[in-house]
Amino acid sequence: MISINRYKCGYCGACVAVCPAGAIELVEAWIEIDGESCVECNNCVKICPIGALEVSDEPKK
Amino acid sequence: MSLKNKYDVIVVGAGPGGSMTAKTAAEKGLNVLLIEKRQEIGSPIRCAEGVGKKSLKKFFPVIKDEWISTKMSGVRIYSPDGTLVEMSDNRAVGYVLERKIFDRDLACMAADAGADVFTKTRATDLIIKDNFVKGIEGIRLGERFKVEADIVVGADGVESKVGRWAGINTTLKPKDIESGAEYLISGIPMEDLCEIYLGNDIAPAGYVWAFPKGKNRANVGIGILGSKLGEKRPFDYLNEFVKRKYRDGKIIEVIYGGIPVSRPTKTFGNGMMLVGDAARFTDPITGGGITNAIKSGIYAGEVAAECIEEGDFSEGGLKKYEKRWRSTIGEENNRSYLLKEFFINLPDGGLDVLAHSINKIRITELSVRGLMGELIDKNPWIPTGLAKLFKKKIEK
Ligand SMILES: Cc1cc2nc3c(=O)[nH]c(=O)nc-3n(C[C@H](O)[C@H](O)[C@H](O)COP(=O)(O)OP(=O)(O)OC[C@H]3O[C@@H](n4cnc5c(N)ncnc54)[C@H](O)[C@@H]3O)c2cc1C
Ligand code: SF4
Ligand code: SF4
Repeated sequence: MISINRYKCGYCGACVAVCPAGAIELVEAWIEIDGESCVECNNCVKICPIGALEVSDEPKK
Repeated sequence: MSLKNKYDVIVVGAGPGGSMTAKTAAEKGLNVLLIEKRQEIGSPIRCAEGVGKKSLKKFFPVIKDEWISTKMSGVRIYSPDGTLVEMSDNRAVGYVLERKIFDRDLACMAADAGADVFTKTRATDLIIKDNFVKGIEGIRLGERFKVEADIVVGADGVESKVGRWAGINTTLKPKDIESGAEYLISGIPMEDLCEIYLGNDIAPAGYVWAFPKGKNRANVGIGILGSKLGEKRPFDYLNEFVKRKYRDGKIIEVIYGGIPVSRPTKTFGNGMMLVGDAARFTDPITGGGITNAIKSGIYAGEVAAECIEEGDFSEGGLKKYEKRWRSTIGEENNRSYLLKEFFINLPDGGLDVLAHSINKIRITELSVRGLMGELIDKNPWIPTGLAKLFKKKIEK
């Protein structure tokens, strides 16, 4: 499961562009991640300019 | 004003690419809808705002003063060991824009040409019937809606979904996108020149830029190739640089962004086209994407009008869009992409050798081609396949 730190995110959409599963959506000024479709490739975690995304231990719902 | 049920063309995203598509199509007499998910067009920006004067002038007979924050007369490139390569001319050769104003003005031009414009309105999916894109589904102020169209243009930027919804894989690999961080810094001495700093310690497979925004301000930013990123983030690198170089500056704006440095995707299908960053039209070497977004938007608007006139919105009909961008944006992208592949594998020493070979010359052709022309002359070790590409003139 990927978790987002909304206080760090600058809603730039880089994570959306690298997500192979289309699991991330940049809604107006926030990010939504669909844990169901995430394939846990960590591309989004890697690309974020500030490190707002993290792999969290929370099990997949 | 409310949304109509049907338009000739729907444009998703009101960046420069979308607004120019909508403007061009509306000027050709089409019924056009332009939607933007944000409440304000152009803000927050995701850009360093640099653009060549010649390329901008091609699209606009009048360059409005309010679009421009600074006219720049050249570029200074610093290699990893600090060697300076200067490209300049005595005249203004480029602009640093004020994109919050510029982008909004382009959307106004689309509106003035007759397009309906709606902000805080987001596309959430495409309507697809018999394999043809027939419109969009969306959400506006919490209300879901459907609008039909003969052609949908995805101008939805780096985070584009329109292509994906139509079955085109637009996902960028980490090696094909730069992760960007930028500050607008005030209270620092700036000349009317753009500065570029290279080096794997400063910005792995990328660069730091300082683009002047008036006498004592600059957009200072960094792009790092996704595949070279580890624990240290672009903002960490940028903070180090800023601390060293602009200790007394004050940060008055923070900017984030992903910059595609890939080859373009497939850009058309039955009833749809992609323009600008959505089609990955940014230049893989400079990261510049404003003028290609504008140019592809104009092509898409023209092609939409032709196809609607002919009553053919099929993939076969819209193929002329690709034909149009292939010879301009496509050729340039190809050469810059190969150059990017060459540069990212070059150690700092190689960059220094290149810089030493031309640091005594003043380069007056301010373009990647101008720079490469000099480098190729002095450095026979540059692969001939690559060198050849830069000898060929591309129609702009
Ligand atoms: C840090 C950084 C520095 C840069 N520096 C430069 C530079 O100096 N010079 C240069 O030429 N280029 C630069 N670029 C690139 C440039 O910003 C882009 O190439 C340019 O903005 C692309 O224009 P566009 O119209 O294609 O997309 P954008 O300007 O990104 O516009 C896309 C629009 O679509 C909207 N949208 C997305 N999805 C939806 C949806 N589902 N529904 C409705 N609306 C939607 C977005 O909100 C956005 O407003 C830089 C980029 C970054 C990140
Ligand atoms: S890449 Fe990072 S900063 Fe950008 S939208 Fe995604 S989480 Fe936010
Ligand atoms: S881990 Fe991979 S699949 Fe999951 S949200 Fe991030 S980019 Fe998408």
